[in-house]
Amino acid sequence: MNAVEIRDLTVAYDENPVLWDVDLDIPMSTLFAIIGPNGAGKSTLIKAALDLIPRAAGTVRILGKPYREVRKKVGYVPQRGSVDWDFPTDALDVVLMGTYGRLGWIRKPGRAEHELAMHCLETVGMADFAHRQISQLSGGQQQRVFLARALAQEAELYFMDEPFAGVDATTERAIIDVLRELRAKGKTVVAVHHDLESAPTYFDRVALLNVRMIATGDFETAFTQENLVKTYGGRIAVLAK
Amino acid sequence: MSVVLGIALVAVATSSACALCGVFLVLRRLAMMADAISHSILPGLVAGYVLAQGPNLLTGFVGAAASGLLTVVLVEALTKSRRVKEDAAIGIVFPALFALGVFLVTKFFDNLHLDADAILFGVIEYSPFDEFKLGSLMLGPKSFWVMLGLFVVNAMFMTTFFKELKVSTFDPELSKALGFSPSLIHYSLMALVAVTTVGAFSAVGAILAVALIIVPAVTASLLTYRLKQMVAISLVIGATCGLVGFWLATLVDVSISGMIATTLGAVFLLVFLFAPNRGVVAQIIRRRRQSARFLAEMLAVHLDSHEGTSDEDEESRIGHLITEMEWAEPQADAAIATSTNLGWIVQTGDRLQLTSEGRRIAQSVRNR
Repeated sequence: MNAVEIRDLTVAYDENPVLWDVDLDIPMSTLFAIIGPNGAGKSTLIKAALDLIPRAAGTVRILGKPYREVRKKVGYVPQRGSVDWDFPTDALDVVLMGTYGRLGWIRKPGRAEHELAMHCLETVGMADFAHRQISQLSGGQQQRVFLARALAQEAELYFMDEPFAGVDATTERAIIDVLRELRAKGKTVVAVHHDLESAPTYFDRVALLNVRMIATGDFETAFTQENLVKTYGGRIAVLAK
Repeated sequence: MSVVLGIALVAVATSSACALCGVFLVLRRLAMMADAISHSILPGLVAGYVLAQGPNLLTGFVGAAASGLLTVVLVEALTKSRRVKEDAAIGIVFPALFALGVFLVTKFFDNLHLDADAILFGVIEYSPFDEFKLGSLMLGPKSFWVMLGLFVVNAMFMTTFFKELKVSTFDPELSKALGFSPSLIHYSLMALVAVTTVGAFSAVGAILAVALIIVPAVTASLLTYRLKQMVAISLVIGATCGLVGFWLATLVDVSISGMIATTLGAVFLLVFLFAPNRGVVAQIIRRRRQSARFLAEMLAVHLDSHEGTSDEDEESRIGHLITEMEWAEPQADAAIATSTNLGWIVQTGDRLQLTSEGRRIAQSVRNR
């Protein structure tokens, strides 16, 4: 069984297609990169898979089922800029939100959830910042808090929207360590990624996307000069080896 | 029950119920929506009046909640059309609904005691004369019990759905992905705001209800970084200002609701100026301190780069800072005072010399 199976996915805003008839298979226990230029529909692909935006056509199977049946097995790291970091709360509390899905309506996080959240902060090297107000964290630290929150979801499959965007070197290393640890435990990670240079070292497989699916597979076969030119047009700066 | 105690109870209950509503509205940047709702509930109130053929709490609440939600839906629909921005949408929807309400009142209820002043400013002064009776027991003003009830409903909603409100306010996408419907929570909150405003309406009127909802929450947000504390502080501010405003109004014999809102405004201003971290004064002090530190750093770098050179003697003179570095005298004084306090320099006569700490600072500043 594949972790994610997408067939004939089309998403449109006001009849402007952002994704055109996309097919994608993501095998279990892989670190999978979605790569493409701005406006290629990378975030849209993730959001459509998580039922966050309506699909014009197509089916999405997550762990073999529709998303709403496997919510609790799926973790999500949105783009850091999608929330208001001035919100009055601390890092630990944000991580605790990862446990809300399992708790369901009304039930409050208890001691077990607090311990889990603390452990997840430790995993991303942020334990010392547990009670720091979130606006007083650096961009990289905020990103690690978001990653810790996804870890607290204790999922089988993680969707991450640009987890490496604008982070410092320490954070980048911390994140990639966590991703590899997840893979070692048999989890699947699907991440939108921007940096063509680091992609082949960080990830196992790749999808090159530009509204349509250009190519997908392992880096040997999919991440070719020809496919990159197709994806980015003439604007490609870093060339594949 | 005495008139004074009756009014005081109404004032405190109304301000507390409103303050509770405000926290998540402010965090969701919907302060203006509160303004819109507080006005546009009028046609709903009138419709409720017509349905029950007289003043009736239940139909009044249902009607007002319905027109409050209608406001939210209309504003969102206009905004989603992408032809109108949200602030303009609010500006279009609520005056239209308010006007409809005013039209209905003047057309069909000319003899009603619902006059314009009462709608805008409320008549908390009259509340003790409408007492809640149980047999022969007089239990105080009806509005007090209504507002207490609304306070309890709001408090129960906030405590029961605290985590859902929190996650859907902070990160609506995650909230949706986790299976908590953000729009369900949104509309529930808006319905509560509408119903609370109706309750507050008769006591303080449409305009001041907004102050009671928004000001305590905004003030609290300047005082804490913790959500639960923000709720608690806005509650304390709301209740205290309700009481103090009432007391001040009786002292100088002015409109009670006006005085409550004025007190809220005064407390906001005080906090805005003097809040420990985010107040204006604290910020000015911090900037001063930072700029004094920066001057000291510049001085350290200057002394360090001329140390051991032939012109060291001239460059380390205090007068040189003013003539060559073009610092004003107070700047030079501040730089020297700060550097001396920090132990970066020592002064002999009119010559300045770096300490080893000062040298270390100069190096680290350069490498920054």
